[in-house]
Amino acid sequence: MNFDLTEERQMLQDSLRRFLRDKYDTATRNKILESDTGFSADIWNGLAELGVIGALFTEDQGGFGGAGFDIAVVFEELGRAGVVEPFLDTAVLGGGLIADLGSDDQKAHVEAIIGGTLQLAFAHGEPNSRYDLNRVSTTAKVDGDNVVLNGRKAVVVNAENADMLIVSARESGEAGDENGISLFLVPADTKGITLQGYALLAGGRAAEVTLDDVSVPASARLGEAGKAFKAIEARVAAANVAICAETLGAMETATRLTREYLMTRKQFGKPIGTFQALAHRMSDLLIEMEQARSAVIVAAGHLEAEYKSRESHVSAAKNLLGRAGRLVAEDSIQMHGGIAMTQEYELAHIAKRIIMSDHRFGDTDHHLERYIAIAAA
Amino acid sequence: MDLSYSDEEKAFRAEVRAFLEEKLPKEMSDKIRKGEELGKEGQERWHAILNEQGWLAPNWPKKFGGAEWNAVQRHIFEEEAAAAYAPRIVPFGLSMLAPVLQKFGSQEQNDYWLPRILSGEDWWCQGYSEPGAGSDLASLKTEAVLNDEGTHYIVNGQKTWTTLGQHANMIFCLVRTDKTVKQQEGISFLLIDMDTPGVEVRPIILLDGTHEVNEVWFTDVKVPVENLVGEENKGWTYAKYLLTHERTNIAGVGFSQAGLTAVKRIARAEMSGGKPLMDNPHFAARVARVEIDLMAMSTTNLRIVSKAAAGAAPGVESSMLKVKGTIIRQEINDLARRAAGAYAMPFASEAIEGSNLALPDPLNAGPVAAQYFNNRKLSIFGGSNEIQRQIIAKTTMGGGA
Repeated sequence: MNFDLTEERQMLQDSLRRFLRDKYDTATRNKILESDTGFSADIWNGLAELGVIGALFTEDQGGFGGAGFDIAVVFEELGRAGVVEPFLDTAVLGGGLIADLGSDDQKAHVEAIIGGTLQLAFAHGEPNSRYDLNRVSTTAKVDGDNVVLNGRKAVVVNAENADMLIVSARESGEAGDENGISLFLVPADTKGITLQGYALLAGGRAAEVTLDDVSVPASARLGEAGKAFKAIEARVAAANVAICAETLGAMETATRLTREYLMTRKQFGKPIGTFQALAHRMSDLLIEMEQARSAVIVAAGHLEAEYKSRESHVSAAKNLLGRAGRLVAEDSIQMHGGIAMTQEYELAHIAKRIIMSDHRFGDTDHHLERYIAIAAA
Repeated sequence: MDLSYSDEEKAFRAEVRAFLEEKLPKEMSDKIRKGEELGKEGQERWHAILNEQGWLAPNWPKKFGGAEWNAVQRHIFEEEAAAAYAPRIVPFGLSMLAPVLQKFGSQEQNDYWLPRILSGEDWWCQGYSEPGAGSDLASLKTEAVLNDEGTHYIVNGQKTWTTLGQHANMIFCLVRTDKTVKQQEGISFLLIDMDTPGVEVRPIILLDGTHEVNEVWFTDVKVPVENLVGEENKGWTYAKYLLTHERTNIAGVGFSQAGLTAVKRIARAEMSGGKPLMDNPHFAARVARVEIDLMAMSTTNLRIVSKAAAGAAPGVESSMLKVKGTIIRQEINDLARRAAGAYAMPFASEAIEGSNLALPDPLNAGPVAAQYFNNRKLSIFGGSNEIQRQIIAKTTMGGGA
């Protein structure tokens, strides 16, 4: 057993942490939150140059990482700084699906993704799907050499900034069937695509995507017709490792800020951290931090494992991070008091990142149910 | 022991319900249900509607123009008002300042200020907390010094977390008038006109993007001595009176009941595994657990309310209700955002009036995540839950705690 990072990953962590500490302070980030695009092109390009996106792809795919531990290292640092730029959507989900399923022509996009010049969004969830990955009602009908897409996709993160959307659609079967789901790589400006964009509470932007007779060549399909489900599950597993690591990083910041505040804020003539009621709660947070870190390590380490092991460990992590994250976010705010309720204080954004991470690809309850179901299967 | 309301109380409930059906404007209750802000005009409109009915000041004695309801009547009104999504009346003038004036103010002060509170001519806000004086309120530093002529206090300092101070023209403040004595014995209760030169209000934006609270700065602000309430250096006593006697709705039962109804509505609209989320046993168990807690807590509230109606001053129970009541309300807020799934993610600065028009809300859930974050304040303000627990411990274990 060895829990140390490899030399390469340690270097990646150090340089990423330094970059974000220097360039992504609270004031800068709060300006990005208020911007029309919801992200900073400078930060995006700077991080791409640093190799952050490349670290999320394997050597075969053109990158220099791509394993669960690479994803965890990158996203923990992004989470620590409360980064809102769409690395999850463009790289882990979009780029990952292209790399996993794409034809040679389609895989040619990976270079631009790693270089930071191509952005993607994963248009999968629907108004009635909640967290069920198999509940796809959007239809794909073959029409000669083309495929015609119709349907609505819900809360598609980064849709407005994306050059291309990866759209899931059903070619056969019923909503809820795993078989029959295909993925299509669709340029965002294709006729029939309408976006209704909006800001997200925890930063970044998303859109409701309406597909109205969107006609794409059959060559836009990623992988085999109707057989995309397993690849979607695998990529969502990677995304959930990323989200858990990101949440862990944000929780690190929340507990650091809280510990510092407890040691400096004085009431009744002494630092409030000397009051046992608060001291013990802080200790509980630190205990949960260790639990969360271990859950992330285990999930990252099983991302390349066989299906059942992978899914079980990922769901375990998402369940635990959902619980521990809520405790850390809520208790950090409570122990700070009013100051943590203000927009401009760092913890406000960090707490939102932690809590809202529970709303992507399954909350703590969903993953508890899934954990049980996988064990029973 | 009889768990039913009396015939008089039932008749009163029917009267309240009929009034709300007739007089509560639909557009107003819609806004409250969607979690939108009412704004100054909306608040003033509801204030005027209640005043016309004579129900604006339920806790005031009749001689001051109040309804003089007993605690059970007040509870019934609050329950019905929350169920009908009626706005919450801004409490600072009506239920925080007025009881202090009625108990400790001069005849002139009551004659002058109380009618202006009822008419809405004055909008009051509260100047208690300071950046360095939160839970330790008695350490407040804003000072008021009597001028040589003895006609005015000169006030300097800063207050914070001043709720809706941006709408207010008057602020009641705790100020330090004696620095040489024990902290609690050098505090006075002062009424300050916010149009006086030297008063500056600066907005604080909360984490959900709302502007509810403010900083209020005082630089050499001249306040006539007539605006001192009661005696100099007795302000702490008056503030404590306010805290222990004016906590009728501290449990927030009505809010919780309305919130729980909303959670169930969202969970019936949200689909999970092809079925309504409300049919998911795991989610249903979460809802049921809170519902059971709320049932017990609302009964605790009624027990205390009944005692208060019989004339007993609530003691440590109000601290207990504050702690349990806020835990339940916050849990309901958590369930609402949980129920909404991915649709909890939008709604950036949603609580801002009218800003949700372009946002998707197929569940008709409203800004559930923003409300979840905003209501983290419940366990912080009005004496944090830690302070309440300390009060409970001190009261029940004395010096041993």
